[in-house]
Amino acid sequence: MNTTTAADNVAVDADNSTSPLLVVEDIHTSFMVPGGEVKAVRGVSFELNQGKTLGVVGESGSGKTVLARSVMRLNLGNNVITSGSAKFRGSNILDLRPKAMQKLWGNEIAMVFQDPMTALNPLVKVGRQVTEHVRHHLGISKKEARSLAIDLLNEVRIPEPENRLDSYPHELSGGMRQRICIAIALACEPTLLFADEPTTALDVTVQHQILNLLNREQETREMGMVLVTHDLGVVAGRTDETMVMYAGNVVEKSSTKELFEDMQHPYTEALFRSIPKTSERSHTRLTAIAGRPPDLIAPPSGCSFSPRCPYVQQKCREEEPPLIPVNNGSHFSACWFPVGTEENQEAFRKNVAAGLPQTLVIEETLTKSSEKEDGV
Amino acid sequence: MAGSGKAHLRPEDETLIRVEDLVVEYDIPGGDTVKAVSGISFDIKAGETLGLVGESGCGKSTTGKALIQLPKPSSGSVKHNLVELTGLSSEAMRRRRTDLQMIFQDPISSLNPLRKVEDIVAEPMKIWGPKDKSKQQEMVDNILDAVGIDPEQARGKLAHEFSGGQCQRISIARSLILDPEVLICDEPVSALDVSMQAQILNLLEDLKKKYHLTLVFIAHDLAVVKNISDKVAVMYLGKLCEVAQSDELYENPVHPYSKLLLDSCPEPDPTVVIDQTVSDDDELPSPINPPSGCRFRTRCPFATEICSTEEPQMEEIRPNHYVACHHPLT
Repeated sequence: MNTTTAADNVAVDADNSTSPLLVVEDIHTSFMVPGGEVKAVRGVSFELNQGKTLGVVGESGSGKTVLARSVMRLNLGNNVITSGSAKFRGSNILDLRPKAMQKLWGNEIAMVFQDPMTALNPLVKVGRQVTEHVRHHLGISKKEARSLAIDLLNEVRIPEPENRLDSYPHELSGGMRQRICIAIALACEPTLLFADEPTTALDVTVQHQILNLLNREQETREMGMVLVTHDLGVVAGRTDETMVMYAGNVVEKSSTKELFEDMQHPYTEALFRSIPKTSERSHTRLTAIAGRPPDLIAPPSGCSFSPRCPYVQQKCREEEPPLIPVNNGSHFSACWFPVGTEENQEAFRKNVAAGLPQTLVIEETLTKSSEKEDGV
Repeated sequence: MAGSGKAHLRPEDETLIRVEDLVVEYDIPGGDTVKAVSGISFDIKAGETLGLVGESGCGKSTTGKALIQLPKPSSGSVKHNLVELTGLSSEAMRRRRTDLQMIFQDPISSLNPLRKVEDIVAEPMKIWGPKDKSKQQEMVDNILDAVGIDPEQARGKLAHEFSGGQCQRISIARSLILDPEVLICDEPVSALDVSMQAQILNLLEDLKKKYHLTLVFIAHDLAVVKNISDKVAVMYLGKLCEVAQSDELYENPVHPYSKLLLDSCPEPDPTVVIDQTVSDDDELPSPINPPSGCRFRTRCPFATEICSTEEPQMEEIRPNHYVACHHPLT
């Protein structure tokens, strides 16, 4: 689409080509509920360049979806409090008036949701759903819209697009519905795409197809993409940068390659260790993360992962670690005792000696698996 | 695939569960029949964990339920300890089910929201357990303790006061209270976060040893299935494709469908090269009107004439590695 027009509408940054597409600074989002204030996102900052994919990974309740929805301004209701800024092409989305926001939604910024069944209107034919916002934003005729819809459906590899346009969502499989949702998101050629768990509801072969599709579209259209997922496997293969979230905070952020090569934060390490992998032998003992995610109404003092961390020290319980650069400066981690350091090893030994349960579990699993390896 | 045949079955007296030519079909409005499971055979030895893996709609859950005759299969045989279950009266089957227990995918909805945890877990004993209340209480406490729930704290609480992982522990406790032989786990971890998933998988391994259980583990996640299973059976559209020991199957998949599944599985390793060439739009055919011959042929890159005319039969392609395919990958 004509990106300059939309950009004109929204105060333009003088130098579009080099500045990041999206700059998010210190976003906080809370929900006021009868029990208190649920601090879902607690100060997240990131940048995204055109043509790049940022993976946001974490467990349920880590704030990854709320973060995406905050930037999209989709957290509705009068109990939501959002602060911070999200500059898209230089202008703060969070300050825009609803009218200006409408010009962005679906046009410049689009979103693909987790559940393709509930994301589509069950009473409206697919064709109209694909073109409704195109006609609104681009003001094209019904006929032009229909031929654009056919092109889009072809592009997302839906067979017999002419016939499909007259189908209702329930007549399509889950994978096909997600393709339709992607076609809708791509229709106005957005420059920024949020994909919130786009393949979680799908089978593994369909997931592979949909992720291939998203990657291809993102590359050819040079979109910036934020891929929210709980699956480290999806992040590993499909993103340039990864941000790991825990309890509303970013605990680690780095290029995806470096993140997997050189994990710094104990939570990232724990997450990685806890997943079964097809490359491991069957009956490999999994290193589960002890305990449960914290209560976001009253998060623990200090580091929010400290109650579950095998390396926890007194300092971690008292002082919240800042997200600071490690090594080359593009890798950030928020931990007083980063994985792989001498201090970290020392903390582990101390906790083993002190008999801290979450540390003993890890130690036991590690010894068992190394014994097994030696035995083979 | 999608083949039939029994070459992979072991001698009957060595197995705890033996399923032959299992067929489950449902009539649906409009006069059609959903062919959910179409003639599969497998067996399980005592103490073994069999993983059933496949995409949604392949019939893996239906197979799991058919083992406990919920509902009775349309045809075929299910034997437990050499006793034919399909011929049993419903009363005899009810007794038998104390040995064959099941846990389900959604741990929260499988617990009654209005009842206390101690009553949920004690329920099976009201019918089959000791009548002595204090004995019942003791058993409830023991089993809750074994699944990692503190009985003191949990006893009087309701399901909604627990997280998904804890609810799954409670439903495991309920399934084990009568000391069953076989535990059928239908996607027990797919609704859980990875940290909870690891805890439950470890717990199942521990309980299996402690209570000498035989597990049927049904899941769509290949890595999870490999981790817990001794043996894995790959299903597609109501048929079995491939059966082998799990390490063997994941290292040397010979059925094109098993290969496709494994290649689609996202590995948590950024250096793995992603196959961008896979067919982009192939879809599972309808189980109402499945393809002739090999059911996978419509999606198979190696399909030839014979695949549409002749159904492949199970054959031993490597020692203890069975596949039903006309063109196995060797």
